[in-house]
Parts: sequence; C-alpha cells; structure tokens
Amino acid sequence: MLKVRKAGFFTSIQDQGRFGFRDIGVPVSGAMDAYSASIANSLLENAEDMAVMELTMTGPTLEFGQATYLAISGADISPRMNDRPVRINEVHSVAKGDVLSFGKLVHGFRAYLAVKDGFGTEKVMGSRSFYRHITPIHTIRDQMEIPIATARHFEPKISSLSPEPFHKEHVLEVHRGPEFDALDDRQLEGLFANQFIIAKENDRMAYQLKESIPPHQISMLTSATLPGTVQYTPAGKLILLMKDGQTTGGYPRILQLTPTAICILAQKRPGDTVRFHLK
Amino acid sequence: MSRFPISIQPFGEQAVLIEWPEKVEEAILYDILQFSQHLRTRCLDPDAWELVPAYNSLALVRRTDIPDFHKVKRELLSWYAEAEDSEIPERFLWKLPVCYDPKFGIDLDDVASRLGKSVWDVIQLHTRQAYTVYCIGFLPGFMYLGGLPSELEVPRKEVPRLKVVAGAVGLAGKQTGIYPQESPGGWNIIGNCPIPIFDSSKESPCFVRVGDKVQFYGISQKEHELHTIQAEVGISAVEKIPLNA
Repeated sequence: MLKVRKAGFFTSIQDQGRFGFRDIGVPVSGAMDAYSASIANSLLENAEDMAVMELTMTGPTLEFGQATYLAISGADISPRMNDRPVRINEVHSVAKGDVLSFGKLVHGFRAYLAVKDGFGTEKVMGSRSFYRHITPIHTIRDQMEIPIATARHFEPKISSLSPEPFHKEHVLEVHRGPEFDALDDRQLEGLFANQFIIAKENDRMAYQLKESIPPHQISMLTSATLPGTVQYTPAGKLILLMKDGQTTGGYPRILQLTPTAICILAQKRPGDTVRFHLK
Repeated sequence: MSRFPISIQPFGEQAVLIEWPEKVEEAILYDILQFSQHLRTRCLDPDAWELVPAYNSLALVRRTDIPDFHKVKRELLSWYAEAEDSEIPERFLWKLPVCYDPKFGIDLDDVASRLGKSVWDVIQLHTRQAYTVYCIGFLPGFMYLGGLPSELEVPRKEVPRLKVVAGAVGLAGKQTGIYPQESPGGWNIIGNCPIPIFDSSKESPCFVRVGDKVQFYGISQKEHELHTIQAEVGISAVEKIPLNA
C-alpha cells in the first residue's frame, strides 16, 4: 500500500486510457503527457499499459507501506525522498516507511510517478484512468491508500534516461482539421502568424488560449472530436481538447495536434506561449 | 444501400472522418449505422478501431497511427459499396418516465409563460412524440435528441447554472435531453427522469444507442420516488419496443 499523506493540487491515476466507449460519450482519458508516462514506466521495465500517477503543478506527499522501486518523469517538481532530493528520469529503490514529497515546480507542469508493476487501483470499463462519473473518484485524496506491489530485487537494465526536452519546445505541430478548408486568409493568418499565451482555463479536458483569431459564422452538425482537436468558437476563441475532452462537439475542428504536440502542450502552464506549425 | 455521396478525410494521424450530406435526417443516420455495423462486424478489427457516429458523420479512431490513409480510403469506399446488403442494426424505442412536478421542473413555469402556453400544454407537447438519438457525446450518456416540436423551442438560459442534478430533463433551442450526471448546464429544466442513463459499473454502461428513439411519459412524485429506489438497488425496468420489426 501507498498512503497518501497529502494529495497535492490535482493528482490522479492514469494509464493509456479507456478505449471502446466513445460512442456512448466516454472520453479516452489516460496520461496527458503519454511520452513522459512511458519514460517512467520503461525505466522500471513496466508494461506500457501499467498505471502511473499524474501530478499537476504541485506534488503529493506519499508514504510507502512496502519496499519497491520508483521513477519520476515529465515535470520537475523537486522530488525528495525523506527530505533528500531525488533525480527525475532515474530508478530509485524505496524502503518500507520512506516518504516521497515534492517542492518547487522547476520546469513543465505534469510529472509522472511510476512504481514497479504499477498502481493497482480498480479498473473501470477496461482502464484505471480516473475520470469523474466513471471511476469512484477523480483525484487522489488525503489519507487514502493505493495498492502497489512489493518489489525487492529489481536490477534495472538502464538506471537513467535522458528524455527529449519537450518542456523547452513551444511549437505545436498540427494537421489540418476536418473544417480547416472553411478558414479564410485572415483567419489563417491569425492562426499561424502569431503566438498564443496559455490561458488560466486549462485542465485535463481542454486548454484555452488567451488570444482570439477573427470570429466566424461557419456552422456544422455536431461530430466527433479527439484529444488534440482544436475547436474554433464563433467569437474566435481556440479550445484545444485534451485527454478528458468531450467525444463530440459542434465547433469547427480546424486543427488536429500530433500525439507529440499533445505531450508538449500537457507540460505548459498558464502564461506559457505556443505557436502552431502545419505539418 | 450506398445511396449517399460520402467524403472521406484524415482526422489527424489516428483517425478517419467519413461525412454524409449535411442534413439532420433519419435516412442518413440509419445509413451511417448500417455502414458502421458492417465495418465493425466484417471489415475492421474491433479491438483496434472505435467507431463514433453522429448526425451526418462517422469517425473511425485507431489506437495507433494509420500507416496509409489512401489505402484505408480506397478500402472504405469499396466496403461502403458492399454495405448495401449488410444487416440493419437492431434499434429500440425506449419509454422513459419524467416527473414534471415543479419540485424537479424548476423552469417549467417560466418556459410555459415564455412560450405563451399552459404547463399542461408544454408537457403534452414534450411527451407526444418519440425523439431520435442522433448522437451521444458531450458527457458520458448524454443524448442529442432530434424531433422537438417547433412550439417548444426556447433559448437556453442566459446564465448557466453551476449545478444541474443528474436526470434533469431540459429544453434549449431545437434540443431536448437528459443530463446523465450532475454537471453545470444552461438548459431550461422542465422535469427529471429517475432512470440512470449511464452507469459505469454496468456491463453495458449506457442502454441507449445512437439510432434508438426515446419517448417521455409523465409520472407523479410518488412514482419518481419508487423509480429512484429501484434504480438505487439496480432493478430499474425500462420499457423498450423493437423498431426493426
């Protein structure tokens, strides 16, 4: 068991997501930055579908009830084990009673904590990913206990990794979305000639951008949306759907982020800038 | 079948979007569902692909990158041509109870006066016909229903509520529907349906499918209470009528 002493700002369990239920309105969910989550899992030689903990901006304080190994990737939130700093993108052994805590956010926005053999929370509809109304809770809570396996004799093949420095990247590679061709020259210029500041309205469902592009009157019937779909409201606001994003929508889908661009965006915080680049 | 001109385009690296003529029509929806069933049962690996139908479109979402869009497009066009002889999916009419008492229908009086009708007339108009489920999205189990009488068209509330209870039945523009979970919402609330539309603990979490129909009928507060208790212990019985026969 892993005991949650303090839950942190927004901490959840995520795996690769929930497949097969979009036609009844269930978002895919899963780690926002799937790349960093996979780094943490691969350091521990976990299967790629094992659940990790997603930490947002601030981290939790966790007490280990048994020996295991851990790895943290993605954002650097100054992790500490029993008050000694631990490095991210490295395998660390954990003894029973050890306490993992976090401090200042150095870079990125979301960190991924993996433990050997993954977190054993309940699978609902084929996935351990937390999502409101699907799993009993949508964030971890103070004092709750999370099942983990005991691991004592793990010899990692690689003890550290140097992931791509995505937190330094602010170009989001995009494809044309289904309604891209409805855009006029002014709207296209607004979209590609400028950079955008991440607005404070951002969560696992969507990121909004501060700046608008010219308004539009393009109408369409409600149709499927995906993580990474860029919606364009009539007033000119851009909404970038993320992993918990709705499965259908009625706003024109003008761009589609690449899977890597979703990972890059997931590490952005309000005030950061991004720009779009057509792939 | 293949009576409609369809267009096929990539939707990012892991999805394909197929579009039918941009109209809200049952014939189009049923053509989409027939094609979707054909793809699911005969053409595509159901573990690798998800199919999302809505109004005039069908999105095919793959778990991983689609290696060759043009090949998939060619295949889809030939599959669409052969889907004509394929089975029509089973569809049902679901009869759903709604309590229109002011305890639940918190905007019903206001809606009636804005429409210049009596509350009784609004309820009659709302329960008179079956609605077609054109799409399920926005929230798990949220149905986009078509077929609202134009006499019931009323704009959404100017200031959305921060909290609308689960089961709330609303009106907004050309739409009516049920909030499957507690959520913020801007629709005018005229009643409450005690049958849970979505339950993640069930083998089949949402009993309604795109292409089904839904018809509401009025119930008293007492009956609402009874349905709520039945739902809590998991013995809700909803009347369903096959539509294919």
